[in-house]
Amino acid sequence: MPTELDEVVREEWGRMVAVLLGRFRRLDLVEDALGDAVEAAARQWARDGAPANPAGWLQTVARRRVVDRLRSEAMAGRRHALLAADLDRRPPRVMADPGDLVEDDLLRLVLMCTHPALAPESASALALRLVLGVSTHDIAALFLVPEPTMAARITRAKKKIVTAGIPFAVPGLAALPGRLETVAQTAYLAFTAGYAPASGTRLVRPDLAGEAVRLVRTVHVLRPDDPTLTALLALMLLQHSRRDARVDDQGRLVVLADQDRGRWHYGEIEEARRLLAAPGLVGTPLPELAATYVLQALVAAEHVAPDSAQTRWDRVVDLYDQLLVLAPSPAARLARAVAVAETSGPQAGLEALEGVEMPGNHRLAAVRAELLAREGDVAAALEQFDVALAACGNEAERAHLRRRCSTLTGPGG
Amino acid sequence: MKYLILLMADGEVPAWSTMSEADQQTIMGQFGAFDTACRDREGVEILAGEALGDAETATVVRTRGGERTVTDGPFAEAVEQLGGFYLVEAPDLDVVLELLTVLPPYDIQVSPVVDTP
Repeated sequence: MPTELDEVVREEWGRMVAVLLGRFRRLDLVEDALGDAVEAAARQWARDGAPANPAGWLQTVARRRVVDRLRSEAMAGRRHALLAADLDRRPPRVMADPGDLVEDDLLRLVLMCTHPALAPESASALALRLVLGVSTHDIAALFLVPEPTMAARITRAKKKIVTAGIPFAVPGLAALPGRLETVAQTAYLAFTAGYAPASGTRLVRPDLAGEAVRLVRTVHVLRPDDPTLTALLALMLLQHSRRDARVDDQGRLVVLADQDRGRWHYGEIEEARRLLAAPGLVGTPLPELAATYVLQALVAAEHVAPDSAQTRWDRVVDLYDQLLVLAPSPAARLARAVAVAETSGPQAGLEALEGVEMPGNHRLAAVRAELLAREGDVAAALEQFDVALAACGNEAERAHLRRRCSTLTGPGG
Repeated sequence: MKYLILLMADGEVPAWSTMSEADQQTIMGQFGAFDTACRDREGVEILAGEALGDAETATVVRTRGGERTVTDGPFAEAVEQLGGFYLVEAPDLDVVLELLTVLPPYDIQVSPVVDTP
């Protein structure tokens, strides 16, 4: 693929889909037509060189394809040929969006892909496909599912949009913040799938996490004052900034305290800190979801102190206490227990773990094992490591757990 | 597009018989407000809408192996408390979802009617 084409697909895909969809309201035709246009461009640009306006070229070719398809559909339906000729000029039918709220087709597209009537996992895949132009093949690889499975999932979501009448529209101003929350949750779902894959051999999938960051950034540019998007972008950047240090050259997990801080992306950390200081996030009561993202981002910000000795674990405990009031979850209680152990010792950490249940998840047992080991209770620690190993599906994490076991038993044990 | 709106279960609405008269009036008022909201909204029209009899008044007709049986009551595994329905014409799903906020908080299913050209 010529580099110009690669670039325009990466940078302009969502906007091209959005503009065509604004005109024709036929998701099925629009995407196929753009796909055809890219194929044609790959042949023609390689031969003749890229046109002056690559996005315009693709748009024009795709638009002609859509019109051709609409025309032949109308013919097949034995409708009057004149009707078909007029299709290109027909105004779009009435939609929920009065059109005077936000004149941005890209935002419409994002909101359509992340409509709450779609299953969240389909929605995030669809958003990566339609907004960012990531190929179905790549999305399947990112979410660790076979390509036909992902293709079926995306097709189902597209079909639902068409048959259920999910509009290509920006909802009323009163409903918009709630809908942007769905956008945020969908993007964060994709991000966490990249940050902590439940299975497979790789520990981090920075490419998926990176695409999710790109999605939030795209929407944040459109709605820069939305507190949920601002807080989420900060949270993601802080977590993402450590991507290159989380794994060593052999693909082994490196815990936070041991990470090579020279490999962190400090530009992203700085950007996140600026976002967290934005006027929209300070001093005003925040929507609940935004508040939970802010608290998690502040925790993440503590973890990117210049050296691990500077992490204020007491502050982390305090932040988790606030988070647990807003959004109680076993994962937050687990993370709080880790912080408690850092401030008040492993015994206090173990006590903080009492009553926490995470069926099927290995992390609870792994943390308990670690704290027991620090208490010197090797037998109980090994028992918990076994529980964690039995539940853990990620090869890199399993290797890490096994290494921890062997340091407890010693080389001979 | 046409949508069938099914009031599937009571949700957060208390059982009718347990409600005070004033509360029943409030609920009826919400149905009235839904009618008005639909009438006032461009492109929206209620084509049909009825409240249904209690579950125990329903009759089930089933054909198995060509044999038809008629029995009392709804399918236990299917719609047990279907209380009523609307058939509305609306521009898209978001318009329907917005209008439904006027109704009492029943559990509601919205199904698009298949559009045969």
